[in-house]
Amino acid sequence: MINYIWVGMSLFGIVFAMFNGTMDEVNKAVFQGAQEAVTLCIGFISILVFWLGIMKIAQLSGLLELFSKFFRPIVKRLFPEVPENHPAMGYILSNMMANMFGLGNAATPLGIKAMEQLKLLNGNRDSASRSMVTFLVINTASITIIPTTVLAIRMNYDSAEPAEIVFPTLIASFCGTVGALIIDRYFYYRRKKGG
Amino acid sequence: MGILSQISMWLVPLLIGAILLHGTWKRVPTYEAFVEGGKEGIKIAVSLVPFLVGMLVAISIFRASGALEFFVNIARPVMEWIGFPAEVLPLALIRPISGTAALGITSDLISTYGPDSFIGRLASVLQGSTDTTFYILTVYFGAVGIKKMGDALKIGLMADGLAIVASLIVVTLFFGT
Repeated sequence: MINYIWVGMSLFGIVFAMFNGTMDEVNKAVFQGAQEAVTLCIGFISILVFWLGIMKIAQLSGLLELFSKFFRPIVKRLFPEVPENHPAMGYILSNMMANMFGLGNAATPLGIKAMEQLKLLNGNRDSASRSMVTFLVINTASITIIPTTVLAIRMNYDSAEPAEIVFPTLIASFCGTVGALIIDRYFYYRRKKGG
Repeated sequence: MGILSQISMWLVPLLIGAILLHGTWKRVPTYEAFVEGGKEGIKIAVSLVPFLVGMLVAISIFRASGALEFFVNIARPVMEWIGFPAEVLPLALIRPISGTAALGITSDLISTYGPDSFIGRLASVLQGSTDTTFYILTVYFGAVGIKKMGDALKIGLMADGLAIVASLIVVTLFFGT
């Protein structure tokens, strides 16, 4: 899918330029685009190094675990089919914490482990259980406290207040997540009624 | 709204302060841990280079040729009727499909319209508040061999839709149009 989108944008742009008389601009855009991408990634280094460094301290001091204890009662209600002390619960919580604190690379393996445990709970069937759908929905709505890459982009283009979007982003993703969980519940009860 | 934007400013420094304090209290070798974790950041940023170069070149060609403007103008009447800036529509459409493409479009929007414009802020919030639904679905369900996805895709896309609407409302409330 992504291959078609990528080629589509480039090819369509080039063909469009033939008729629009903008070939000169397109020619410049190729090199400017590449250069801008590298500049952005250099900007990412500063924020990612700083944030992941700080988060390493939070991991070692047990602060992340403290947070996951705080969220445990809420998460328990979201996954009524998962027993209290099942390993799935631990993985789900660690995955959520990693996502919240912008540790995307750490979140994915934890999420896959959580899915494995949820599949075992579901009798190893190859269809998605209710808990699996809920877990997926939480991941796609993504509550993030510090949107690191967005901050880096805003800094790169000289925003007067790069961090002003932090709290609005938090509210928007919170609304998205809560809304999605309500829809998730609605679909579940509709399925149950239907069959 | 003054207090709310103050929260944004205070959130990051306070969080950093709390982490450093807790780390010192728990006798974590803070500086060494910071350096250790930071190394990971370089790896991630460098590994993003080829993805972003590919995407930004394609997006730049698409914009420079005038094709992007052409499509945005077609969508404009409908989008304006809803109250959503047509310029941000490509980002909303691509966000669930590809993370790096969305990142490319976000930076393109921010550089074209400015980070402190309505479009720049909306793109920032939208990029930060949603995730790549198709990618997560493929990776998580693919890794454990789930073939029947149930309602997962439908609900995931609805979640993205809700987050997009929420972004528009929140940005309008916080910063005005």
